Amino acid sequence: MLEINKLHASVIDIENSEILNGIDLTVNKGEVHAIMGPNGSGKSTLANVLMGRPDYEVTGGDITFQNQSIIDLAPDQRAHLGMFLAFQYPAEIPGVRPWQFLKSALDSKAEATGEQKMSVRNFSKLFDEKVQAVGINPALVKRSLNEGFSGGEKKRNEMLQLEVLQPTLAILDETDSGLDVDALRIVAEGVNSMRSPERSFIVVTHYQRLLNYITPDVVHILVNGEIVKTGGPELALEVEKDGYKEYLSTSEVTA
Amino acid sequence: MTNQNTISRESDLSGGEYKWGFVTDIETDLAPKGLNEDIVRLISAKKEEPAWLLDWRLRAYKHWSELEQGQGEPQWAMIDYPGVDFQDIYYYAAPKGTSEAPKSLDEVDPEMLDTFEKLGIPLQERAALAGVAVDAVFDSVSVATTMEKQLSELGIIFCSFSEAVKNYPDLVQKYLGSVVPHSDNFYAALNSAVFSDGSFAYIPPGVKCPIELMTYFRINTEGSGQFERTLIVADKGSYVSYLEGCTAPFRKTSQLHAAVVELVALDDAEIKYSTIQNWFPGTKDGEGGVYNFVTKRGRADKNSKISWTQVETGSAITWKYPSVILRGDNSVGEFFSVALANNHQQADTGTKMIHIGKNTKSTIVSKGISAGQGNNTYRGQVQIMPGAENAVNHTQCDSLLVGDKCGAHTVPYIEVRNPTARLEHEASTSKVSDDQLFYLMARGLSEEEAHHMIITGWSRDVIKELPFEFALEASQLLKVSLEGAVG
Ligand SMILES: Nc1ncnc2c1ncn2[C@@H]1O[C@H](COP(=O)(O)OP(=O)(O)OP(=O)(O)O)[C@@H](O)[C@H]1O
Ligand SMILES: [Mg+2]
Repeated sequence: MLEINKLHASVIDIENSEILNGIDLTVNKGEVHAIMGPNGSGKSTLANVLMGRPDYEVTGGDITFQNQSIIDLAPDQRAHLGMFLAFQYPAEIPGVRPWQFLKSALDSKAEATGEQKMSVRNFSKLFDEKVQAVGINPALVKRSLNEGFSGGEKKRNEMLQLEVLQPTLAILDETDSGLDVDALRIVAEGVNSMRSPERSFIVVTHYQRLLNYITPDVVHILVNGEIVKTGGPELALEVEKDGYKEYLSTSEVTA
Repeated sequence: MTNQNTISRESDLSGGEYKWGFVTDIETDLAPKGLNEDIVRLISAKKEEPAWLLDWRLRAYKHWSELEQGQGEPQWAMIDYPGVDFQDIYYYAAPKGTSEAPKSLDEVDPEMLDTFEKLGIPLQERAALAGVAVDAVFDSVSVATTMEKQLSELGIIFCSFSEAVKNYPDLVQKYLGSVVPHSDNFYAALNSAVFSDGSFAYIPPGVKCPIELMTYFRINTEGSGQFERTLIVADKGSYVSYLEGCTAPFRKTSQLHAAVVELVALDDAEIKYSTIQNWFPGTKDGEGGVYNFVTKRGRADKNSKISWTQVETGSAITWKYPSVILRGDNSVGEFFSVALANNHQQADTGTKMIHIGKNTKSTIVSKGISAGQGNNTYRGQVQIMPGAENAVNHTQCDSLLVGDKCGAHTVPYIEVRNPTARLEHEASTSKVSDDQLFYLMARGLSEEEAHHMIITGWSRDVIKELPFEFALEASQLLKVSLEGAVG
């Protein structure tokens, strides 16, 4: 489904600002991959580069999604292909209602893929259902998108969008950070209920705790813009116990 | 725009040809260019006006020509334009002969049709706006007549200004110039001397006008000045919501538009006045476009309320300060504005709230959007007179920048002459952030859709004040007007 080949990326227009130093990663259909790594190692950058954030420049390598290179596609085109990023820091957009925003997002996708737009009535039903499922206070979705939402509320709102948009590849960037126990369970249940042979996930997290609920197929450790180790779920437990020290030193040696 | 809750009139400002209810039999095509006393007399004669009105026009003309020979046009606004040659304008133009007008939509400039399409203007109205010589362009004539009947049963008058002069001269004479005197300012004086037509509405005491009154203005004749005059009188305890739409065809030359709007809200009355202004803004390179110099003012008596809402997306130059004179105790004035300046557009707009009565309250929400090389200035005056005990004003003034070649300026004037006044002023300047854009695009919105969503969201406090249909049109207009500014 997703293939990342020797991906190098840096901050646009800044020389020697390489953040990703040759990432190789293959996510097959139906798999859940977890990415862990110390602060500043490049996890969010990877997530954003996958989604096409214009602040970064791909300086080498390639990304293919469903056998098509996507590095030249704009973020909206990637979304139309079925990619989704749950943001670590969702933007606040004054005056825009979550309902209106999500309806437009669905409509844009329908338009791009030539599907029929969902009727307002059906959408409203779906929306209300999902609002309840992710446990967002209904008063909240009458406000502006993310404006004045608490950290946890923003994350729940990302889950709401994930559930409504039903992407083929969902990248969750620390969606579990800052969540209370109930919310954490909701995120996990959301992911688990959406898990299917046709859908893949990349879950960026700092905490083994989430992986107790969502059992990943593969765990990667990302340090200094490189994947330094790949393993099964046990790798997350190791990290939980020993931290990243061992990888930090190896990566400094190779650098 | 026409539904059963709106009665709409369409007005061709160039000579006073109305879609219904008003017919002129003017034969002259154009009086010579330029302005002098004879032209003023000619306009008045063509309209068969009473002597008092001619007299009033002549006084206005005298005042204007003194100003013109003195300092000329006002220079204080933050706008930059080559100046207007007032002798190079037609002040009197009869409606175009049907022979010149396009016969069907097929003959109309496709670019124009494209814009109408984007604006979502219904097909019948597109024809009217494009100046197509079709008789019953609005299918809804009969609907309108039923409504007119309903209105007249309530004693509500809604007609063209010229009709009002003919049929209700006492009302017109009593209130014309009572809020904006003929000597008020350069453009108001010019308008008073040469105004062609406009709208008149009167709501009798205690009557709540059950439908929205609306006038759609269009400019037709090339090279002519456009001067309309609107007078709305809400008698004691009455209510009216009035909509004004100005969607103008394309002209490659600059056009002068100087309108005057007077609102009179007697005791306990309420007037809600909404405008969507989309005069031709000029080409992308700043060629042509309408120079829009407008004087709008309301007089608010005891316990009355006047509310201005405007969405200004058109015109090369906008110079406009809808104001409220809060002269009655407990009166309320509101101003909600979204002004957009894209490409080479310049908008200098704002409001004046003059607090005279006790416990008077005013609210100002101004949203200025600058894009391309546009320049947007908010100019607002809040004046608390000595007798205005416990006056309250809240001003919120926000600017949004799209790109980095545009400008936003805020020029508040505050004068407080009573210590019990409470004033709040909030101002902010923001940019459409890359974070916001990426967030929306990552969900599938195109760059243009994302901009549009951010900008209409940002303008929401103002747009929500508009009647529903107008709100939709306003949002569409913002979208169309921003095309080319993004991406
Ligand atoms: N737009 C940018 N401009 C400059 N530096 C950047 C930019 N984006 C990321 N960086 C830098 O790249 C490095 C990786 O950042 P990134 O946000 O990807 O880390 P992360 O692994 O997600 O960290 P965390 O666990 O704290 O979320 C950091 O040093 C960060 O400061
Ligand atoms: Mg991060």
